[in-house]
Amino acid sequence: MIDFTEEQIQRYSRHILLQDVGVEGQEKIMNARVLVVGAGGLGAPVSLYLAAAGIGRIGIVDADVVDLSNLQRQVIHFTKDVGVPKVKSAEEKIKAINPDVQVDTYYEFLDSSNALDIIKEYDFVVDGTDNFPVKFLINDACVMAGKPFSHGGILRFNGQTFTHLPGTACYRCMFKEPPPVGAVPTCSQAGVLGAIAGMLGTIQAAETLKYFTGVGELLTNRLLTFDAKTMQFRTVPVKHRDSCAICGSNPTIDHLIDYALAPCALATKGTQEQAACDLKNH
Amino acid sequence: MAKIYVNGDAQEVSLPLNVSELILQNNVQQPEMVSVQVNEEFAEREDWEKIQLKEDDKVDFLYFMGGGSR
Repeated sequence: MIDFTEEQIQRYSRHILLQDVGVEGQEKIMNARVLVVGAGGLGAPVSLYLAAAGIGRIGIVDADVVDLSNLQRQVIHFTKDVGVPKVKSAEEKIKAINPDVQVDTYYEFLDSSNALDIIKEYDFVVDGTDNFPVKFLINDACVMAGKPFSHGGILRFNGQTFTHLPGTACYRCMFKEPPPVGAVPTCSQAGVLGAIAGMLGTIQAAETLKYFTGVGELLTNRLLTFDAKTMQFRTVPVKHRDSCAICGSNPTIDHLIDYALAPCALATKGTQEQAACDLKNH
Repeated sequence: MAKIYVNGDAQEVSLPLNVSELILQNNVQQPEMVSVQVNEEFAEREDWEKIQLKEDDKVDFLYFMGGGSR
């Protein structure tokens, strides 16, 4: 049992007041270790809310530096941070919000060589990445390591997310393998309304806090999708697929795969998208 | 005519109709990339032509959404 200081009781009073959370729930949050992969559009709100909530230890993986074009939605980074590694910029804000949080920074790409080693240090993983190879890598590594994770994806005015616990539907149950390189546009190619990142990221943060406190029903075996143009939200029931290559009864994948990263090109690209893409990445 | 539900919305369709035909009718973009569930069970791509839809079937199209970080 943690001895809460007066300051902590005050800081977390709105959690402690919640019947479903209380002192016990807050203690679980403070003992929790969460890995956030990607300190971008999703990782920003996720990290800010988890830090404010008092998650004990937050790991952040990101090999990028802050770019001016990130600031439209990546609210953890400020104008003064342009050019700074995203993990450093994020660490600074987390510490400013809540000095009690221990922050681990990984200024590198998550790939097959480091994923399992990094993930094993944490209790829950949040996917805030912008590309399919790493989304599949996170899925496979978490399934192999028996770790729960929150999947998130956004594009234009849409978002989708689900939560995986061991034994429930995984990303590969829904999508067998990554789309061909360049076939599906990313935000840096097709654009995204900035606030969509906040909408989806805060859902992921809420799921993370629900996981640790045991409150309510997680988005397991359900894919939540929303369209901000109509503000229609929908949860599609999805089932664990017994023939799934990673979590099925006869898995055929026994090692992590580094799928090719999409070069800055679209199979069906428009010149405007390509221009935006060139601007962003080079 | 029969009523089926596509992504939660009711749709009047003429039977017989298989999953591949429904995908065409709905102008699903990049059908080679979509995941399909029929009555909450995933339908393997190679079975799409064989699966005949019937009244009250629920079909969901799941799309890739990759953004998040950059």
